Amino acid sequence: MKTKTLLLGAIASAAMAPAAFAERGSDGNVSILYWQAPSILNPFLSGGTKDVESASLVIEPLARYNEAGELVPWLVEEIPTVENGGVSEDLTTITWKITPGLKWSDGTAFTSADVKFTYDYCTHPEGGCAQVTKFEGVESVETPDDLTVVVNFSEPTPFPYGPFVGGESPIIQAAQFADCMGAKAPECTEQNFNPIGTGPFVVDEFRPNDVITMSANPNFRDPDKPAFATLTFKGGGDATAAGRAVMETGEFDYAWNLQLAPDVIAEMQEGGKGVPVAGFGPLLERIMINQTDASPNLPEGERSTAKHPHPFLTDPAVYKAMSMAIDRPLLVEVGYGQAGKVTCNWVPAPEAFASTSMTCDTQDIAGANKMLDDAGIVDTDGDGIREKDGVPLKILYQTSTNAVRQDFQALIKQWWSEIGIEAELRNVNASVFFGGDPGSPDTFQKFYADVEMYANTFNGTDPQSYLGNMLCDKAPRPETQWQGENISRWCSEEYDALHAELAQTAGLEARAEIAKRLNDMVIEGGAMIPLVHRGRLSAHANTLGGVILNVWDSELWNVADWYRLEGS
Amino acid sequence: MLTFTIRRLVLAVPTLLFISLVIFLLLELAPGDPMAQVPLTVPPEVKEKMREALGLGQPMHVRFWKWIVQFFWIEPQVLIDHYLGTSFSAGDLRVISWQTRSPVMDIVIQRLPQTLWVVGTAYVVATLIAIPIGIYSAYRQYSWFDQAGTFVSMIGFSVPPFFSGVLVIVIFSVQLGWFPSIYDTTLKVTDWDSFMAQLRQMIMPVTVLALQITAQTSRFMRASMLDNLNQDYVRTARAKGLSEYSVVMIHVLRNSMIPVVTVIALGVPAIFGGAIITEQVFKVNGIGQLLITAIQANDLPMVQTLTFIFAVLIVLFNLIADVLYGVLDPRIRYD
Repeated sequence: MKTKTLLLGAIASAAMAPAAFAERGSDGNVSILYWQAPSILNPFLSGGTKDVESASLVIEPLARYNEAGELVPWLVEEIPTVENGGVSEDLTTITWKITPGLKWSDGTAFTSADVKFTYDYCTHPEGGCAQVTKFEGVESVETPDDLTVVVNFSEPTPFPYGPFVGGESPIIQAAQFADCMGAKAPECTEQNFNPIGTGPFVVDEFRPNDVITMSANPNFRDPDKPAFATLTFKGGGDATAAGRAVMETGEFDYAWNLQLAPDVIAEMQEGGKGVPVAGFGPLLERIMINQTDASPNLPEGERSTAKHPHPFLTDPAVYKAMSMAIDRPLLVEVGYGQAGKVTCNWVPAPEAFASTSMTCDTQDIAGANKMLDDAGIVDTDGDGIREKDGVPLKILYQTSTNAVRQDFQALIKQWWSEIGIEAELRNVNASVFFGGDPGSPDTFQKFYADVEMYANTFNGTDPQSYLGNMLCDKAPRPETQWQGENISRWCSEEYDALHAELAQTAGLEARAEIAKRLNDMVIEGGAMIPLVHRGRLSAHANTLGGVILNVWDSELWNVADWYRLEGS
Repeated sequence: MLTFTIRRLVLAVPTLLFISLVIFLLLELAPGDPMAQVPLTVPPEVKEKMREALGLGQPMHVRFWKWIVQFFWIEPQVLIDHYLGTSFSAGDLRVISWQTRSPVMDIVIQRLPQTLWVVGTAYVVATLIAIPIGIYSAYRQYSWFDQAGTFVSMIGFSVPPFFSGVLVIVIFSVQLGWFPSIYDTTLKVTDWDSFMAQLRQMIMPVTVLALQITAQTSRFMRASMLDNLNQDYVRTARAKGLSEYSVVMIHVLRNSMIPVVTVIALGVPAIFGGAIITEQVFKVNGIGQLLITAIQANDLPMVQTLTFIFAVLIVLFNLIADVLYGVLDPRIRYD
């Protein structure tokens, strides 16, 4: 028994070896390539992903999300919840306990005053802070002692993890930014380029829109990390060149967000110097089904409004058959490769919120035909197109101009023709389609078509406001200048009531339960046909270890754990 | 000549002021939003606040006047302070970039070295190659050398750098692994090794750029030589019994250089302007890349300042070309 334990211990320590023997700065230089170059290292003044993620190497939030979308304590001891008393029973306050002994990279102590200062800095009315929504609903931030931060909300907030959580809401040093409040914020070039942080690296030189050189933070909380002594963060170029530099020439260790065709990625991978890694957020490519009649014969102002329900697309037999006829695995292969997955859900991620009640990974043309036949929707005049109550199943299928989307259109049109539904294809320039101009008939909000395809997602891990998109009163209509998120104009009182319940519910499990039910109602109710769960693809060199791609937070969230693999 | 130069310099002032106004209006009236790169998850009200923080709430003429003051009054003071250690500019607001919230001129100064190294070297190399090619092509017109020169020039003219650049990267970086595909702007030349590293990373961008410039200049040189070779004075020179060398290299060359020098001088501002595409392809991140990213981000102060600096250089080198013309050709007198 004892020998066995010893042996197990030996195996475990052998497995841990690369991490355990590494000490700070022992692995030389790591180089990261972002094809969009960072302009500033203060995410409060920019909001661009490139700036937020480059800054995340230096400044950190109190807690962040891991690769599964779960909260993990970062500069605090634990995640406050109602159960551990960190969140008050009435859901109006959250109390964070800072880890004792934390130091800024300049050696001074990290205290609650810095956290409160960050709140004051970002909410200053003249500052133009890009992350001010993170502090929405916050009434005040109090600091009873050096290691305690209390955030008070003006009303009950079941999900109080907005402020100081995630890469977009890091803590800046009060001493450094004291003179940079409000209108003075943009003038603080020195501070904005060289923020003092608690992260694993400190800025040596920042060249805007070009390159950042960093070195290991001597005061980092873990004395053995980071394994790299220096870091080079290069920006510029394009995704192809970035992928090439990591996977083919091996000049760089990490390349961010390679939005490239699957065959291009595969070809680069043959270079053998690096591998692509995919991470999946909630981004979903879907077909929205118009619940209202978009017929051009209707007067302007009544087209695509609740006044005229759609003649056949609200019939469950029709939209279910349309969904069954689609070969989703083929769509994934054609369009996204490694960066796509089959899904039947509107909220495909995070895992806790993704419903598992439906399957849709096999195409079933025969089943779809049978379903339509059983519903009495048959071809009566012999032209190959079915009719429902005398109305032929002819639909207009629109999307934005984009090579992958046009491939999808052609494939889906073919499958639908096999079940007796004729689709006319249309594509609109993306800047017009997503432009939201109420005067244009071609926007996705106006939806002057029967079905349309695009992708959408949400920020963070809590889908409450995203699920709110399907509420009855969110439908775009003339009275709202055609603005609104309920693109399908789908409406269900039951859904609205359940969503109101979600807004009052605390606790991850209970919330996830309701969210899954909401998701299923929308899919079963025929508001949309989910197609592909889209991910983000980055690449790292074969010699770089410890990379865990995270789409819920900064991709560079665990850079402190990166190391150089043995034998390289 | 001196009066001419002074007159032209004085005249340049209203010209440049007018140019700056035109640039400002063009940028102002063009559609675009500096907040376009901010993610869609940031709500419109927040973006409006951010725009106000950038000073976009003020009327157009106020912003133009501010830029004029900052560029012509405050920036020179900063320069004087930098060299003399004085503090004229303390507390004054300089021209600030919207993307980086830092002074535009600091970034320009930071970017100049790599642009001058890469684009400047390419220009010098190209000129040194182009002139002999042009001379020999004209002297032996329709020879195989001339035909080959024409062919290479045509390729240089017609193949865009986004193709030739990627082609050389695929051949020399990916396949052969000789040169880096990404330019390291932080490299400092301190010893032999770092000099070689600098040389290796410069070879590809310089070659791609030089091919284009050589094509252009050698064609000019050839045409100008051809014009002169058939002139009466050349026949006279030969009749006097001068050697072919002195006929071609002294008499014809000097006369042929006049238009070519103008072309070369007028091309110099382009060196400072950088090479937008080539810089992007090789990640040189010089002035050209700075300009294009500023345009993409709708960073108006940066675009305005850069384009205006180019305008100044173009006006200046036009003047230099005119003066050189007078120096080279004694028949031309401006007084």
